[in-house]
Amino acid sequence: MFMENKASDGEQPRVGVYVCYCGMNIASKVDVEALRQFAEKLPNVVVSRTYKFMCSDPGQELIAQDIKEQKLNRIVVASCSPLLHDATFRKACAKAGLNPFYFTMANIREQVSWVTANSAAATKKAKALVAAAVARVAMHEALEKKRVPVHADVMVVGAGISGIHAALLLANAGKKVYLVEREPSIGGHMGQLDKTFPTLDCSACILTPKMSEVKNHPNITLWTLSDVQEVSGFSGNFKVKVKRNPRFVKLELCVACGQCVEACVFKEGRVPDEYNIGLSKHKPIYMPFPQATPASVLIDPNACLKLSRGKCASKCVEACDRAAIDFEQKVEYSEVEVGAIILATGYQLFDATKMPEYGYGKYPNVYTMIELERLVNAAGPTQGEIVMRDGRKPKRVGIIHCVGSRDKRHHPYCSGVCCMVSLKMAHLMRERIDAEVFNFYIDMRTTLKGYEEFYDRVLHDGVNFVRGRVAEVTDWAMTPGEEGKLVIRVEDTLIGVVRRIPVDMVVLATAMEAHDDADDVRRKFNISCSKEGWFLERHPKLAPVSTFSDGIFLAGVCQGPKDIPESVAQAGAAAAEALSLVDKGFVEIEPNSAWIDADTCSGCKTCIPLCPYHAISRDEQKKVAVVNEALCKGCGTCVGACPSGSAQQKLFTDQQLHQEIEGVLNYV
Amino acid sequence: MSNLSLPQAAAGNGGFEPRIVAFFCNWCTYTASDLAGISRMTYAPNTRVIRVMCSGRIEPQLILAALRKGADGVLIGGCHPGDCHYQVGNYKCLRRFKLLKRYFEQMGIEPERVRLEWIAASEGDKVQKVTNEMVEQVRKLGPLNLAEAPKPHHQAAACAVAAEGAVS
Repeated sequence: MFMENKASDGEQPRVGVYVCYCGMNIASKVDVEALRQFAEKLPNVVVSRTYKFMCSDPGQELIAQDIKEQKLNRIVVASCSPLLHDATFRKACAKAGLNPFYFTMANIREQVSWVTANSAAATKKAKALVAAAVARVAMHEALEKKRVPVHADVMVVGAGISGIHAALLLANAGKKVYLVEREPSIGGHMGQLDKTFPTLDCSACILTPKMSEVKNHPNITLWTLSDVQEVSGFSGNFKVKVKRNPRFVKLELCVACGQCVEACVFKEGRVPDEYNIGLSKHKPIYMPFPQATPASVLIDPNACLKLSRGKCASKCVEACDRAAIDFEQKVEYSEVEVGAIILATGYQLFDATKMPEYGYGKYPNVYTMIELERLVNAAGPTQGEIVMRDGRKPKRVGIIHCVGSRDKRHHPYCSGVCCMVSLKMAHLMRERIDAEVFNFYIDMRTTLKGYEEFYDRVLHDGVNFVRGRVAEVTDWAMTPGEEGKLVIRVEDTLIGVVRRIPVDMVVLATAMEAHDDADDVRRKFNISCSKEGWFLERHPKLAPVSTFSDGIFLAGVCQGPKDIPESVAQAGAAAAEALSLVDKGFVEIEPNSAWIDADTCSGCKTCIPLCPYHAISRDEQKKVAVVNEALCKGCGTCVGACPSGSAQQKLFTDQQLHQEIEGVLNYV
Repeated sequence: MSNLSLPQAAAGNGGFEPRIVAFFCNWCTYTASDLAGISRMTYAPNTRVIRVMCSGRIEPQLILAALRKGADGVLIGGCHPGDCHYQVGNYKCLRRFKLLKRYFEQMGIEPERVRLEWIAASEGDKVQKVTNEMVEQVRKLGPLNLAEAPKPHHQAAACAVAAEGAVS
């Protein structure tokens, strides 16, 4: 039995066990006093105490005092998850002069008190976990954290408002930033909006100065039409390979004069314009939108005759007096090293055709909210004139909230911003065309600063509010008044009546959703997605912009629905996290790397091809395998495979794990 | 099968409460089980989770040791294919797991006593579901009693012990 063994380093273990009440979080389920008494009788345990909050200063002080007075050389804290407080208690040990790796945790909150219905069963389970921790900690060894220098540059992926803000903050702090954007221009969704709520600022007016600041910043390298292909390395030292698609126009020469676009052999646009959500068309050579940054035209290779079929009079080349057009441009790959990465990849909008009952795509006068944003925008397809697809101007407008959100068939979550967007649009429709407006809502969610006041203002604008989820939009008229109209059928839950409301234009406030390729993207960066497809933060409260991969941070909607101020705030937080990592100059690496006992290694080479990091090689002279500690990331796969047990992993040695197994089974 | 509480559960197999050792990888399944806790998803109290950095660390010896030392079943949780924090550790685990299951059959241990599941960090509900299912499954199989019964019926026990050093 391992239990009778002396500790791994030869000295007799003197274990202190500290059971945390965590207020009532643990104590309401686990009999902490019984647990303390149980722990007291476990082998090697010298001190066993309970405390209300072990993570508090007095709690930590308790440990420090016992280390000094009782000469403890091993510490077990039974409280929450080690993923939360391992570092806290390690520091407490170190402060008292004990090597922090003589510490381990028993997770009796997340894995016991919070998930167990029965109190007796919870106490029993907690005892088993404490016994395991006590058994394991005896086998712990003193370890040192390795320090590795970090690369000071940062990469920001996605150049919407979040990415732009994060990049600027870092660049202003003197860091070199690579800003990668897959669209031809930066700006993201914010660049498509007309006004922002609740202040009704012109979206472009507040965004474009930041866009040009990005373009002109000496510390920012901007790569548009680019995708991250591959990420390797680890926190502080990432290697990123970026695929840069050709623009077929030399960025450094183009001044966006537009002569080439005029000259193009196509006299009319033929490609649906993404920026205007297909409400207009552009030519094969085009400017994405007037304030596009970088300010340069580009060529769509699928639509351009020269690039797709090889023959064209190439009038654009003739028209360009700066010789900026270059049909020979190819895909380029750039590899850069960065210390931290901020993901700000944003979102896509729910496809309204998935709810055929609302008639999007069937009735021309059913619009999505983003389409209406373009319609009311002075730089939009109609220069700001609100004309519907059939050429009429709407007199009555119905705005439907929660299209795809708060709907178990699609997205159960609330997209958060649509109520305010819908209110803003209702206000604009009143102001611009004096239309009669109906907003159909389930609950009105106007929770942030100035939002409720805006709602109040819109209520007084004369907008009609109908509480109820719309059942159907139809063109089937039941009365002469409904002829030629779209009829919205809805149960008005405030008066308990099913109503038919004829309107000219229907606007769908579609949900924010994760990009279709979010799963591919997160794999590249080795992070997780939540169920809904949003990138998963490390801790919902305390590490909301960090991920489970150190050195990779999140900003904006890629982490979950949010509005512009929240996205900007989060981008600031992500920039601060990245800065605190790269500015420190080094990262400390958890000492859980593998090593191989040269005395027992038979040199069979089983481990060598298993290592995903090529960290193991064979010493040809000694005929044994050797781990390069600098490359080892501490997965332990080689340890699991070693036939002779010569490969071992620090903090997860065979001995430690066997002790833990024995601990969970043998004492309760 | 949610919210399985102890009294109901005990009604099954003559009050037999299976003891299950679970090995969860740090990045996906252990995080998911923390999430289950944060979300207060109640599940059967029979599992004892041992955290490892990667499911690739889990070797047959650990599973056999758990069974020999009194566990009635072993549950392993790793990242979904393609999601391993260490790129491919979960595949290595899967490989060993398949071999071990065949070995179990040969040794007369019901292969259903071990289960490998891919549980992502966001799948707290899957931890709940899989744990409850596993407990029910092992409850149906009854106790393993490898440790104290090296009778003809349980010759596997001795073999399993002996094999600990041999299988990898």
